[in-house]
Amino acid sequence: MIDFPILSTLLAIPILGILFMSLIRANNANAERNLKQTALWISFLNFIASLALLFSFDLNNPEFQFVEHYFWLDSSISYHLGVDGISILLIVLTTLLLPICILASYDSIQFAVKEYLISFLVLETFMIGVFCSLDLVLFYLFFEGGLIPMFLIIGIWGGERRVYSTFKFFLYTLAGSVFMLLAIIYIYWEAGTTNVVDLLSYNFTYSEQFYLWLAFFASFMVKIPMWPFHTWLPDAHVEAPTAGSVILAGVLLKMAGYGFIRFSIGMFPDASVFFAPMVFTLSIIAIIATSLIALVQKDMKKLIAYSSVAHMGFVTLGIFTFTLQGIEGAVIQMISHGIVSAALFLCVGVVYDRLHTREIERYGGLVNKMPFYSFAFMIFILASLGLPGTSGFVGEFLVLLSIFSVNTYFAVFATTGVVLAATYSLWLYRKVIFGALVKDDLMDILDLTKKEIIIFVPLIFLTFFIGIYPKPVIDIIEPATSNIVKNIQGKLS
Amino acid sequence: MAYSIVILPLIGFLISSILSFFKKNSSIDLASQIITSSFIVISAIFSFYIFVDNMVNPKILSLEIFTWIYSGSFEASWSIYLDTVTRVMLVVITFVSALVHIYSIGYMSHDESIPRFMGYLSLFTFAMIMLVTADNFLQLFFGWEGVGLASYLLIGFWYRKPSANSAAIKAFIVNRVGDFGLALAIFAIFIIFGSIDYEIVFNAAEKYKDVTIYFVGYELNAINLICYLLFIGAMGKSAQLFLHTWLPDAMEGPTPVSALIHAATMVTAGVFLVVRCSPLFDISPSAMGFVTFIGASTAFFAATIGLVQNDIKRVIAYSTCSQLGYMFVAAGLGAYGAAMFHLFTHAFFKALLFLGAGSVIHAVHEEQDIRKMGGIGTFIPITHLMMLVGTISIMGFPFTSGFYSKDAIIETAYLSHSSFSTYAYLLITAGVVMTSFYSWRLIFLVFNGKTRMDEEKYSKVHESSGVMTVPLMILALGALLFGFLFKNYFIGDYSESFWDHSIIVHHEEHHHIPFYIYYLPIVLGFLGLFIAWYMYIKNTKLASDIAKMNKPLYEFLLNKWYFDELYNFLLVRPAIWTGKILWKFLDEYIIDGFGPNGIASLAINLSNRAKKIQSGYIYHYAFAILIGLSLLITFFIFKF
Repeated sequence: MIDFPILSTLLAIPILGILFMSLIRANNANAERNLKQTALWISFLNFIASLALLFSFDLNNPEFQFVEHYFWLDSSISYHLGVDGISILLIVLTTLLLPICILASYDSIQFAVKEYLISFLVLETFMIGVFCSLDLVLFYLFFEGGLIPMFLIIGIWGGERRVYSTFKFFLYTLAGSVFMLLAIIYIYWEAGTTNVVDLLSYNFTYSEQFYLWLAFFASFMVKIPMWPFHTWLPDAHVEAPTAGSVILAGVLLKMAGYGFIRFSIGMFPDASVFFAPMVFTLSIIAIIATSLIALVQKDMKKLIAYSSVAHMGFVTLGIFTFTLQGIEGAVIQMISHGIVSAALFLCVGVVYDRLHTREIERYGGLVNKMPFYSFAFMIFILASLGLPGTSGFVGEFLVLLSIFSVNTYFAVFATTGVVLAATYSLWLYRKVIFGALVKDDLMDILDLTKKEIIIFVPLIFLTFFIGIYPKPVIDIIEPATSNIVKNIQGKLS
Repeated sequence: MAYSIVILPLIGFLISSILSFFKKNSSIDLASQIITSSFIVISAIFSFYIFVDNMVNPKILSLEIFTWIYSGSFEASWSIYLDTVTRVMLVVITFVSALVHIYSIGYMSHDESIPRFMGYLSLFTFAMIMLVTADNFLQLFFGWEGVGLASYLLIGFWYRKPSANSAAIKAFIVNRVGDFGLALAIFAIFIIFGSIDYEIVFNAAEKYKDVTIYFVGYELNAINLICYLLFIGAMGKSAQLFLHTWLPDAMEGPTPVSALIHAATMVTAGVFLVVRCSPLFDISPSAMGFVTFIGASTAFFAATIGLVQNDIKRVIAYSTCSQLGYMFVAAGLGAYGAAMFHLFTHAFFKALLFLGAGSVIHAVHEEQDIRKMGGIGTFIPITHLMMLVGTISIMGFPFTSGFYSKDAIIETAYLSHSSFSTYAYLLITAGVVMTSFYSWRLIFLVFNGKTRMDEEKYSKVHESSGVMTVPLMILALGALLFGFLFKNYFIGDYSESFWDHSIIVHHEEHHHIPFYIYYLPIVLGFLGLFIAWYMYIKNTKLASDIAKMNKPLYEFLLNKWYFDELYNFLLVRPAIWTGKILWKFLDEYIIDGFGPNGIASLAINLSNRAKKIQSGYIYHYAFAILIGLSLLITFFIFKF
């Protein structure tokens, strides 16, 4: 074990960056450029640091690694960090998307640049914190703290209905999380600790599990989001600036999936088994209903937002099968969705920057003028509809495989979702990209700039890499997952 | 060598796609044409070599490249697995693909994005090779969806045409419906066998013969379930009845694409799947009956539509659909060798017909309606001759390739006692007349008689260049000779050593086939020829008279049995309506209305009322105190 507190470093780098940036005082174009550069380098530095974390990760150790444990509030509420194979990948996903977000906002953010960048860096610290906290109180702080910068990002730099959307987003998630806070307080009094490692081996009584599970579920189901608590997501996405959507779809939704894996099924296995059919049903409704809704959308971002709900439906399906394949599939699906949906929102951002509309009808025939863009967009559309060889397939396949072994009804319905995904994705692509170029305002549209190409290249690479050779990723996930599955089965029997 | 067969098309695709991003100029076009074509030609030569090598000395070659997906006990690798079935498929794929690549140099010479087209063709070839060289079901699925993607890209190649875009999407989605079955089959195979490797699954098949599985509430025989689900996949890809609607529309793509993908290779993947899984199908008589039934029905149904179509490519497309039905009949009756044999010969004569049709379309300035052609045979003699070769092969003219393979199927159907064999025999025998009729109808309407073209266009009809006609000639050789050359290996005396356990070869005692059964297909073929000749050469008014007399029937056939309209009514529009209702009513009205928005307005409402109470007037407050006091007093009086 390395003694260097690398996780705390990851948390600290963005905050230190903010201190640097607050030194830049002037309010002119030069200062703005410096601010952007600083933020970019800070986030890139954090990405490098997370890679260092990844490469010094011990693949054969299923326990939490890089653990830091300090006294904090009292003997049982502590500053306790650590990662396993699941959380480490989500941390790297976060640090990867952050520089991309900042780069994507270079030209599209026109005012209050400093505040915008600071919001993102604060958000980064919170998101990393969520994935490496091993204490419930700490987790809750990071989980809820993330709402504040996101609230500002949508509410200040968003579109026309930004105030409505941001309040909806904030209050909705907050309302869900209140129950989780109550549950955490209860756990503290009952189990005497909020240490996650201890709690994972603590046995709650059946009725305790029942209520505690529901309380955590309330928070996570809103966040992930599951049908019927998903309506904040399309609104939030539509109004958020491009980078906001990228983070929202790429990382924020995964916090809930991570929560399900780490807390719900780990601490309350009996209740999880009891509620699994309900989760399956809601996931299936989400997959089919939101896919059908995506089919009739007129707004590009809304379509992708609804498809996100459907994709996250696969994640919850996989987690609650309690099988190795299911949970691994869910994690891979989360990572893949983090890359692909982020990229799709970036794709929308590209044309939004040029034409300032997201209406599908306003586009058409872009391939005539934007071959590179069409190429990138095509790859992410294919990954989104789960074509084998792209990252979208691996997770979906494992999830469907596991759900088939649990219940064939759900498997049949979930597989229908794959057909629908092809329909809305290809329909969107056709309307925007194919056809003759006839609309006047599209005549002078420019293809991807160098900066945009730099943004897309790593995402394209990862999409194929995970799709064709996912072994390195699975190698990281597998020990942690089998540990979780073993823990559940041990508790259930 | 095995690696290079697989990898060369991929490299060709990658190079060509990079080239497609450069500004159009002739040297880049030429580079992409030469690179992709030569790579495929090399691949074809290698395939042919390993095919012949295998005939002399059968052996199975299995190479694992690297692990793809694993999770717990589940594992699937990228692999190359070569047994006889694979080798036959490789020859068909690379051979036809090489000729189509070369043909496309001429056919697409005026197109503005040549590298993109050549790249897509190579991508398709790569995916198809991945499909057939898989040693597990997951790589098969990769190839399966990969060819679907390439087909989507190529059908929609002319992306400015809205009809091409719709056809491309339709093809992909209808195929996905089939893939849905295939995916479920793969899950079921993993649950039952604990593996998705061919070897493990096929060797264990017999052992799991009576295992049952619960599937959506029913307890079913596992093997039966798997076979039905696999066949749903095959139906989608091979455009069988109910999932056939995409194939005719796919003709929106450039003609070389139709020849390669929608005649010779991709659409036969379904047949390949059934033959590949013959150890499973063979122990599932009920699924076999279903395969026979669907195959025979498609063979008949598609032929009836083919009778009246007027688009040169659609006639051939329905003919493909129908011939695929023949292959499924053979497979369903357990004659896997005959199915593969027909697949093999069909690839050549059908690709020949399609490429010939492409040459015709080229000659008559992109016209596809055969009612607007006629009398051009003398201007394009080579194309005419090649089309005639293809036609006699498909009608089953004695000693051509089609004759051997089709006869084998008809005889199997006659001799078999499996379920639906009589049904199949009757329908496919009727199909023979129709096949011959629509094929000759096409020939007569296009090449013979008085022209129905404008003077000006007619005078400009010209033969295609050598780069297009030479591939035709090579295919024609195949259409004439390959049946005779290979019949002993595929279905005859050497079949057992040729197939080398890669498929199940049944030994049935040689029944004596009555001579009239033997000669009937030939006679029927000539009957079809005669009717076509009479209606379109001798008495040209007859055709329209018959159409007028049987108007409802004619309309029914012309509109393809109204399948598109039916699906539109039953599936497409309900899906859109449900989507709209779910969105506008459920999401926005009910969930938002009672959820966040409802609570928000409730909160505003309540606080507005609460606000009114706090008016600031002393007498309001005094009044409230008075009421409160009296209530308290009342309460205490009654309590005690």
